[in-house]
Amino acid sequence: MTTPEPRDEADLSEAIRSARGPLCIGGGFTRGFANGGARLSLARLSGIALHEPGALTLVARAGTPMAEVERTLAEAGQRLPFEPLDLRALLGTSGEPTLGGAIATGASGPRRVLVGGARDFVLGARFVDGTGMVVRSGGRVMKNVTGLDLARLLAGSHGTLGVLTEIALKVLPAPETARTLRLSGLDTAAACAALAAALSAPLEVSGAAFDAEGGIARLRLEGFAASVEERAARLAERLRPWGAAEEDPDTDWAAIRDVRDFAGRPGDVWRLSLRPSEAPAILARAGGAQRLDWGGARAWLLLPEGTDLRGWLGAAGARAVLVRAAPDTLHALGRFPPEAPAVAHLSAALRERFDPRGLLNPGLMAAA
Amino acid sequence: MQMPPPDPAILGRRAEIVARLRAALPGVPVIDDPAETRAYECDALTAYACPPLCVVLPGSTAEVAAALRICHGECVPVVPRGAGTSLAGGSLPTADSVVIGLARMTRTLEISAEDRFIRVEAGRTNLSVTQEVEPLGLFYAPDPSSQLACAIGGNIAMNSGGAHCLKYGVTTNNLLGVTMVLMDGTVVEIGHPSGEALGLDLLAAVCGAEGQLGIVTEATLRLVPRPEGARPVLIAFDRSETAGDCVSAIIRAGLVPVAIEFMDRPCIEACEAFARADYPLCEALLIVEAEGSEAEIADQLARIRAVAETFQPLEIREARDAAEAARIWLGRKSAFGAMGQIGDYICLDGTIPVSELGPVLARIAELAEGYGLRVANVFHAGDGNMHPLILFDANSADGLSRAEALGADILRLCVERGGCLTGEHGVGVEKRDLMDAQFTRDDLEAQMRVKDAFDPRWLLNPAKVFPLEVSAGRRAA
Ligand SMILES: Cc1cc2nc3c(=O)[nH]c(=O)nc-3n(C[C@H](O)[C@H](O)[C@H](O)COP(=O)(O)OP(=O)(O)OC[C@H]3O[C@@H](n4cnc5c(N)ncnc54)[C@H](O)[C@@H]3O)c2cc1C
Repeated sequence: MTTPEPRDEADLSEAIRSARGPLCIGGGFTRGFANGGARLSLARLSGIALHEPGALTLVARAGTPMAEVERTLAEAGQRLPFEPLDLRALLGTSGEPTLGGAIATGASGPRRVLVGGARDFVLGARFVDGTGMVVRSGGRVMKNVTGLDLARLLAGSHGTLGVLTEIALKVLPAPETARTLRLSGLDTAAACAALAAALSAPLEVSGAAFDAEGGIARLRLEGFAASVEERAARLAERLRPWGAAEEDPDTDWAAIRDVRDFAGRPGDVWRLSLRPSEAPAILARAGGAQRLDWGGARAWLLLPEGTDLRGWLGAAGARAVLVRAAPDTLHALGRFPPEAPAVAHLSAALRERFDPRGLLNPGLMAAA
Repeated sequence: MQMPPPDPAILGRRAEIVARLRAALPGVPVIDDPAETRAYECDALTAYACPPLCVVLPGSTAEVAAALRICHGECVPVVPRGAGTSLAGGSLPTADSVVIGLARMTRTLEISAEDRFIRVEAGRTNLSVTQEVEPLGLFYAPDPSSQLACAIGGNIAMNSGGAHCLKYGVTTNNLLGVTMVLMDGTVVEIGHPSGEALGLDLLAAVCGAEGQLGIVTEATLRLVPRPEGARPVLIAFDRSETAGDCVSAIIRAGLVPVAIEFMDRPCIEACEAFARADYPLCEALLIVEAEGSEAEIADQLARIRAVAETFQPLEIREARDAAEAARIWLGRKSAFGAMGQIGDYICLDGTIPVSELGPVLARIAELAEGYGLRVANVFHAGDGNMHPLILFDANSADGLSRAEALGADILRLCVERGGCLTGEHGVGVEKRDLMDAQFTRDDLEAQMRVKDAFDPRWLLNPAKVFPLEVSAGRRAA
């Protein structure tokens, strides 16, 4: 298949208008999504349009490499608050992760427990919909309720409503320091309780993860050194019922974020989104190797190939996403869980209006 | 401001429609006495008023659905209403519309301390939510100044902000899920307590949609731990531009205070006369608040002070205890009341990039002079959300229209400088006809397609948000 590589919105609009069949939209194509359609690469729609440190804002084109965004922010002592995932190791893919890809897939990491996810930092976006129409929504300012919020609707839509071309984000200062405390020898129920206790205290815990195979819970604190030190002492105190918390300076939060523990291990990878209080019971039934993030609100599961986790879990399975599996399993089970009929009807009605010809990543989020 | 003429066919069927609603909703107040519908003729944008056809006050999601099914069947427009504190005319009725008010839906449905959320009916007031979870050491972060009165449903519809949103975000960042009734009576559950959307993020579209997509009847709200304490510092400057530069510098220094508030001289003088907060009489002052433990507050305030000192402020006044903190906040909190003492005013709500603060304030002063009107500024500077207050004389024949014309010029200025028409109050009818300044026809077309998907007949809160001429074809269909 030919690979159109538009250089600007006008090119992109033309590529979509003239498309004769499904398109497979990507930035660095690091997620391994394929639908047999022609690849539409955003890689050349690249570059940072604006970075204003004093206003905590960054505006960049969708194909801008994540590495470039992170470097630019770091130079001003800032960063993307939502810790975008990089799943290349887990999925065994290559390519250059882009800003558009992170926003379109809602790729939020551990810090979401404190500051929110990718969509929470989207201030505005430009996109081209499935009819080739160029649309701008939101803006570049931090408070904006002018009109319907299409920018956030597009975030996490996996390209199925429109192809993002430019994104305005709120950024935050990078902290002076970070520390991790570790609790060992916990089962999932104890871990979820400990993480909840930590997250309910005014200590600004910015990472709350659990490795169920190793029985280790990890909690992260970030900020000015003196403040982190004070909070670490108080956090250890609060965690006392679950044992003596130890400092763990070697914790690699990027590895936790990207579930690198499951990279190279055979099996399918599933993601569940849960109420932390219900996580222990559901995860006990699910089996497999497990990692928890977001205080137990997100679980990563490594299960034998071909397992139908949704069928197995019943109601809780309605919140299971299949992240990595062989093509026939992905085809049979679908990546995303089916939605409740009334919601599915609304989603379909939106897609029908934004992509009436079914060109944009059809079949990725909902059956085509 | 224009509203479309009411549909005479609907006005003619009024008695029938009321009778059908009553029959379907036993025990539910259906108000059609003109003396009583008057109470619903406007919201806090009191310049515009129109009593509705009738008012329904359901007590449950099922009753909202039943009322909507009838209105849908009869093709009658519906205006959702929370507490009616909108400053944009969002809940202004038309003569041919049924107002569905949520004032009776105030129950708490679930509290989970472990998962840190509360689920409430959407008629609940904002403040009562925080009060309810206070014993758990948690709070609901978005805190509009109207929080004593405004309802969660209205907050969701307007994506309301508050004094603490620089740190905690606005409603959309703190909303986990809703139960919503579509115009045809279908009940949908959107979102999940985990906060993660697995399909399209419909919650993002619903929040801030100004009642265009459905009536929210229940909401799941994220709760956050209440900080141990908070204290402000007041910094006085001899130029507005310097105050603006100082805001950027504080943020660049890696500090994210929970609030940075700005007041200019006209506002300071009015507050002094009204509340006697003992503010320095200067061109501009900032109130910057730090929160955390006592040691953290002291550390942050020291850092803020160090940044501020490089701008040669006239005075830095740090609150040492709760009484001094209250004194610093006293003037700011009474600002709107103080301005009300001076005369009538309209309150704008445009947002600009923080870096544009100085130049925009200077230009606003020039514009005001051109109109011969006075403008006072008080706003959330950390996120660039301005609230210029335009003073006018309501007794003069063209007082309001001149103030509105100046307001429109100021909002266009905000857009020109990279900002937007409204940061937290919403578009409603007030800014509807200015939408063209910020959006192209295609931008608006895309927004209207979302409404098409949720409300194909355009019966929910019509004639709001989109310029009348732009939505005409859809409203008539
Ligand atoms: C003194 C004062 C101070 C204010 N301060 C602030 C502030 O600091 N920050 C801020 O953001 N705003 C502020 N506001 C504006 C206003 O309070 C907010 O917009 C508030 O969220 C409106 O809530 P309400 O319940 O009064 O809504 P209403 O005025 O009843 O309705 C507002 C809009 O929401 C729709 N709506 C209401 N309920 C529902 C529902 N259940 N489902 C769907 N749609 C619904 C209505 O149709 C209307 O379009 C202030 C207002 C006043 C009068």
